Amino acid sequence: MTDFLQYVIGGLAAGSLYALAAMGLTLIYKTSEVVNFANGEMAMLSTFAAYLLLTRFQAPYWVAFLGAMAFAALLGILLERFFMRPVQKANHLNQIMLTLGIFMLLNGTVSVYVYEPRAFPRPVQGTPYEIGGLFVSPDSVLIFAIATALMLGLYLFFKHTLAGIALRATAQNLITSRLMGVPAGRVYAITWAFAAMLGGVAGMLIAPTTGLDPNFMGDVAIKAFAGAILGGLGSLPGAVAGGLLLGVLENLIVGYISTDLKAVFAFSLILLVLVIRPQGIMGAPVRRRV
Amino acid sequence: MRRYLWPAVGFGLAAALPFVITGSYRHNIMALMLVYAIAAVGLNLLVGIAGQISMGHGAFMLIGGYTSAILTLKAGLPLWLSIPAAGVAAALVGFVLGLPALRLHGHFLALATLSFGVAIPQIAMKWGSVTGGAMGLSPKGFASDRIAYWTVLGVLALLVWVADNLLRSRPGRALRAVRDSEVVALSMGISLVWAKTSIFALSAFFAGVAGALGTHLAGFINPTDYNMLISFQLLATVVVGGLGSIPGSIAGAVLVTFLPFAFSRSKGWASTIEGLAIIGIVIFLPYGLASLVQKLRGVRRRAAS
Repeated sequence: MTDFLQYVIGGLAAGSLYALAAMGLTLIYKTSEVVNFANGEMAMLSTFAAYLLLTRFQAPYWVAFLGAMAFAALLGILLERFFMRPVQKANHLNQIMLTLGIFMLLNGTVSVYVYEPRAFPRPVQGTPYEIGGLFVSPDSVLIFAIATALMLGLYLFFKHTLAGIALRATAQNLITSRLMGVPAGRVYAITWAFAAMLGGVAGMLIAPTTGLDPNFMGDVAIKAFAGAILGGLGSLPGAVAGGLLLGVLENLIVGYISTDLKAVFAFSLILLVLVIRPQGIMGAPVRRRV
Repeated sequence: MRRYLWPAVGFGLAAALPFVITGSYRHNIMALMLVYAIAAVGLNLLVGIAGQISMGHGAFMLIGGYTSAILTLKAGLPLWLSIPAAGVAAALVGFVLGLPALRLHGHFLALATLSFGVAIPQIAMKWGSVTGGAMGLSPKGFASDRIAYWTVLGVLALLVWVADNLLRSRPGRALRAVRDSEVVALSMGISLVWAKTSIFALSAFFAGVAGALGTHLAGFINPTDYNMLISFQLLATVVVGGLGSIPGSIAGAVLVTFLPFAFSRSKGWASTIEGLAIIGIVIFLPYGLASLVQKLRGVRRRAAS
């Protein structure tokens, strides 16, 4: 039983990171029906911004964190305005290709300058707490707390602010929301800024474990897709639940069955969910217009 | 017969190229370009003609490469037999992947194939007893790089002929109907099950053959040879060259394969430029480089009249 709980706790920490990245994906998908394949690379670039602030300018961690957030927001807004806006009405393939183009652009540019993984500091140091025979590192407590706070914040934003309502309106019906005076362009800009910031947080929290290199977000990005699909692409609570569930399931598999299975688990899950229940746990049924 | 004229001239010139551009290293790069051209033509059938999407086509190249490597190394099969066998192995997997594709569209299909493309290299890495793990396998290469180039060129010519015939025939028209509207295709009596699974299989066959040729060209294969980035590059090749255009795919493959060598093998700059090229083409030239040729032709015609 102790073993089981220990695996679940480890899984929740990893799962919160998947959930953060999955929320970024979901936000963009919700408002514009685009799956952003560059989600992970945007997070990678933002984490490098934090790294530059930490090393070049010797900034304290919280300054670097805020700086990276500002950078991520700007990056999201610029990418949306200059690259995504022109293909807002294009077909799926062209939209996919455009986000892939952004992926290659960001990944390639950073690869020119960075060859080997860099060390990235943890937000908090310290020995694990022991609670009733279970070990919890302060790091994973913080990750879980940050993720929960962000999820709650986003929930309140969508529920109670005018901007949040405008975002939901755009997601539901672009034309009607425009007629009601919602500035759709600004809504898309905000969505991309938020998504980039969520990814940036996930990136900064996972970099201490994986090391910082141009491809460090690749694995998390795939897991974020899996989490978002598991929860139902387009549902924010679904993205959170899917991300957390994926983290826990993955850790249980590593703990009880085999480490080798971990690699193909996310893949099998994506395929299985898409085939059996494409709307995921919490998404609305997928309807297609002819 | 007129439709064979320009392709015949093109392939004839390409066959004479090793006498103009000399050197084993250059022949190797030229052969590599054609290897990716084969895979790109195959992917174009799937994406450009049938309107499906695969973000994991590199995995089919990997399956083909390993099949041929294992067949020649462990079963002692000759190359001319192991390469089509590699295509068949990839086609079988493609057929199976085509089954879930029946229910998936657009972004969802993209995600499913992407996860396939990521999972296959990881399985190859773990399954060391068969694939040699990270150490890879070293199957026999071609007698020389010049012979390799001619072999790959011959296979490309054959497969282009197959692809072109498909485009002009009943199944090709059926696939285009599926691309443009599944409902219309269905009401015309086209079986979606048949159309989608068989085009996935055929497209995977092309990729499998390309992977096998690439493996013997390098004399080596390991799980990272055909990873997610290769899958993305193939898709980029098809879109940059022009959806549905066979010459476009070949030209795209030559360009995309050449890029890293133009930057002294720096993958970073090549990837950056490919990324910018994709973004530029999707925004300003959504039908690819092939449409540029048509546009220029239109301008000339208007100027003449």
